[in-house]
Formats: sequence, structure tokens, C-alpha cells
Amino acid sequence: MDASSILDTLKTAVPGASYEAGASVDFATIYVPAASLVETCRALRDTPSLRFNVLIEVTAADYLPREPRFEVVYHVLSIPNRLRLRVKVRVASNEVDGVLPTVQSIWPAAGWPEREVWDMFGIIFAGHGDLRRLLMPEDWEGHPARKDYPVQIRKAAQTYEPLEVTEDEFKANIERDRLKRAH
Amino acid sequence: MAELRTETMTVNMGPQHPSTHGVLRLVLELDGETIKSCMPTIGYLHTGIEKTAEQKKWQQVVPLVERMDYLAAQSNSLAYVLSVETLLGLEMPQRVKDIRVLLAELQRIASHLVWIGTHAMEIGAVSMLFYAIRERELLLNINELVAGFRFFPSYFRVGGLREDLPRGFHDAVTAFLDRFPAKIDEFEGLLTKNDMFTHRTQGVGVITLDEALAWGLVGPIARGSGSDYDVRKYFPYTGYETYDFKVPTATEGDVFARYRVRVEEMRQSVLISRQALERVTPSGAWACDDPRVVPPPKDKVYTEMEALIQHFLIYSQGFTVPVGDAYVPVEGPRGEHGCYVVSDGTNRPWRVKMRAPSFMAIQALPKVIQNGMIADVIAVIGSTDVVMGDCDR
Repeated sequence: MDASSILDTLKTAVPGASYEAGASVDFATIYVPAASLVETCRALRDTPSLRFNVLIEVTAADYLPREPRFEVVYHVLSIPNRLRLRVKVRVASNEVDGVLPTVQSIWPAAGWPEREVWDMFGIIFAGHGDLRRLLMPEDWEGHPARKDYPVQIRKAAQTYEPLEVTEDEFKANIERDRLKRAH
Repeated sequence: MAELRTETMTVNMGPQHPSTHGVLRLVLELDGETIKSCMPTIGYLHTGIEKTAEQKKWQQVVPLVERMDYLAAQSNSLAYVLSVETLLGLEMPQRVKDIRVLLAELQRIASHLVWIGTHAMEIGAVSMLFYAIRERELLLNINELVAGFRFFPSYFRVGGLREDLPRGFHDAVTAFLDRFPAKIDEFEGLLTKNDMFTHRTQGVGVITLDEALAWGLVGPIARGSGSDYDVRKYFPYTGYETYDFKVPTATEGDVFARYRVRVEEMRQSVLISRQALERVTPSGAWACDDPRVVPPPKDKVYTEMEALIQHFLIYSQGFTVPVGDAYVPVEGPRGEHGCYVVSDGTNRPWRVKMRAPSFMAIQALPKVIQNGMIADVIAVIGSTDVVMGDCDR
């Protein structure tokens, strides 16, 4: 099944969305606008002739200095129909357009890959709920997979002073926690 | 008697726990011995390989991707090499395809041997580790024979292989294939009907088929839950459609089902390896004949000016790859490995992204072990066969 026949099926399932077929050398690629991403993914999963039941991965590529700068790529797989599809969404670098809806409600597997894309590229997934650092340390600044992120940098190792408490403070802390839990 | 005051306890398992296969950290909330919640923390082994790859030439990325999933190095490099070759539009000679199949299957056996050894050791059968590692040693010796490197051979290259097979290759592989099926029987004799092993594994860590697919666990985990999806059958690559083999499945979805699937996979890998070894001649074509990618033979380099120039260009500037992107999946020991490569038409990749089966498996781990016992966590981690190098990249 090539991109155009998948798009024909999608257009009947999601009326009004403006899709675009992408060039590819391996399997079909379609461009989906961010606004209709969730409905499109639901149609991809539930339409009987498609049934893309497995989300293989979510990743992104930074095409600096092109604008819109990012492309978020979803690879999906249909085991019943032996199909693969690449869904691409163009994402601009400014704050307003740099937001995508999460597709966790369609494929729960999207949780960590979306977190990784945020961690590495700084693309925000609205409604994700757990958009914390995944691969980088919690206190890391910047998004290292971006093309304008320096390749060779040195960062001082983060160190922490040991917390010193007196015996009385120690006992008071335990008592305070105990009271907190009791309520 | 005063009322007992109970509260849940938070326990950090890892990142230095011996059973977490590297540096996986699980923050477990325990109610007695029952797991109320689990939060995996990863990233301790993140080395930025994907970012590093963007600074390297196409061919120089091969050793880098092999260091991601360090137990299945040639599965990584096969995925990468196939993706780049798809972009370049290269077609490999049949002999190269057969050698790749052979080495990929031996790699699968080597990876499964580490899995069966460590998995059984962690749930109490310590001696299994020695039996499994003894066999794996022979496979590492084959790697050393082929490429001079035991863990990361970097033998698959864009455009074919690094060089022709060494003398003695067929004898070494035949010796292993003749010996190994009896060893699998030995492993099964030690584990499959072992009461202690079955008690620790049956009915533990159950994943239903729907859950497995929803969480993207395609590979041995989904096959342990009843899926028959195997990339080698569904989307054959590098000539797998010409091999005769079965895809083992089980339906229970527990730790023991995944064990049975992987053990049977080792037997099937032996069958595939035998077929591949029969087809591979001791010497012959070991790369495609595309002068853009493959350097000319040495005798021409020393006698012909054009060949010398071509040799110099390939080794100094590398080759360029047409603009575009490609993703070619391969069936790795842990599930679907795939490499998404993007080219901007230069001699360096614009983006390299490896699809990591361990990443997905750890994501789904809290679902699987919720409300289980803390001792079962070890069995479940072992059965998902996660490699942190694969997960963190």
C-alpha cells in the first residue's frame, strides 16, 4: 500500500485535514499537520484496512536553518496488514508552534519516546503529563540533539555537600514525618 | 494490643544492583513484599552515540552503533548498514547476504546465551552462567577469527563486508554448530523441568498480547504472548525469505513462556546458520562493486592511477549519500532493531537514531511488575532481557 492509497483512506476517516505524501525510498511517508495528529493516529489504528496497531518509535530530526525547523517522525507498524508507515509532523522552533499533542491515548508506548524527543530536542508534547528528563541528568540545561548545541563542551561534575544534622534535628525530622503521615 | 502502624517503603533497586543488567535504577514502592509502584530511572549509560555519529563519516558510524547494544553488536550494525544501503540503492551480492545472515544468527545465539546464563543465575541456578558463557566463548572466538575483535567486530560495512572470510572459518563454525544443539538440550535439562526454576517463572510477570503490542514490545516478548510477528518473516531483509525456519511462539505471556521462546529461537538460529554456511563459499565476493563506496582492490591501487585516486577519496573524504531518510528494521535478539538515518547529501549523516527494544521493555516494566512480589522483579527483568547500552544509547 503506497502513500496515496493510505491518504485516500485517511481523508475519508478524518475529513478536513490537509495531508501530504512525502518522498521515501523504503516505505510510505505522509506529512500530517499537528492540529489533526491525534485524530489521524486514531484513524490509522482503528480503520480496518490500515490497523496500525504498533507504534515502533517516535523520533525527531533538526533541519536547522530550515523553517519549520523540526520534523517529528512516528514509525508505525500494522501487523495484521503487514504494513509500515512513516508519519511526519513539521514543528517550528518558536514556542507557539513548537507544541505537539501527545499520542499516548492511541499508543501507550509513546510515553518514553516523546519524553526522549523533548529531552533531546526540546519539542513539547501537550498533555503528556510526565515530560521530565529521561536520558540526560535532571539538572541538565539545553537540548543536546539540536544542531545548534555545541558538540564538545566541558561541564563541571555536579557535586553535593553532605547534609549534616545534629542528633536533635534528626529526631525532630523523624517525628515530623511521622506526624505528617498520621494525618 | 496497639494497632500496627504500617506504611509503604521506598527502595532503590540499582543502579548498582547486580541483577539490573548494567545501570538500571528502579525506585520501588513496597507494601511489605508487594510492589505498589515502580519508577525506572535510565540514562546512566547515555553516551550520546547518536550525536557523535553526526560528526563522523558514514562508514565511521559502524563501530559506534555496535557499542549501543553491546551484546548484539552485529544486529545494530546490520540495521545501520541496511538503512544506509537503502538510501544509496545498493544491492549486495548473494554471498554477502548469506554471510550477514550467518553472522547475525550466530550473534543472536551469543546474545541469548548471555541472557540464559544471567537470567538463570539471578533466580538461583548459578551454574547455568558457566555453561552458557563457555559456549559463548566459542562464538567470540569466531568473531575474533573473522574480524580480530571479539565483542564489536565492525565486520559489516556499508557496501558489503570489511574483507573476505579468513581461512578456517567454515571449520570453526561447523565445529560450533555440531556441538551446540546437544548443549541446548543440556540447558533445557537443567532448567525446563527444574521445579525451582518453573516455580519462579510460571505465572510470573504476565503480559497479554494486547498489552505487549500497545507498549511496542515486538520481539521475543510479544512472541511469548502469542504474536507471530518476526521481522525476518514479515519484512524479510538480506535474503531471509530464502531460508527455511520457524518462528517459535508461546501463549502464556509469562516469564517461562519467554524462556521457551528464546530457547527455541536458539535452535532455529542453528538451523538457519547451517543453511547459510552451506551456501557460503570459502572465498568469493565480499562487497558490492559500487566504486563510490567500496575501495578498489589493492593490486589495482598500486598499478592504476584512477584506482589510487578512488582509494584516496574513499579513505579521506568518505562517500556521499543521496538526500533522504530510511528505516530498515532487523530482528535483533531483543526485538525489532532498526536504524533511522537521515542524509542531507553530504559525507556525514544528518541524523542517526536507533530503535531500541530494551528502551520499550523498560518503559513497560512498571505495568508488568505492579502488584507482584519483589523477588519476581528479578525474574521479570531477566526475562525481558534488557541491555542498558541499548536502552540509553
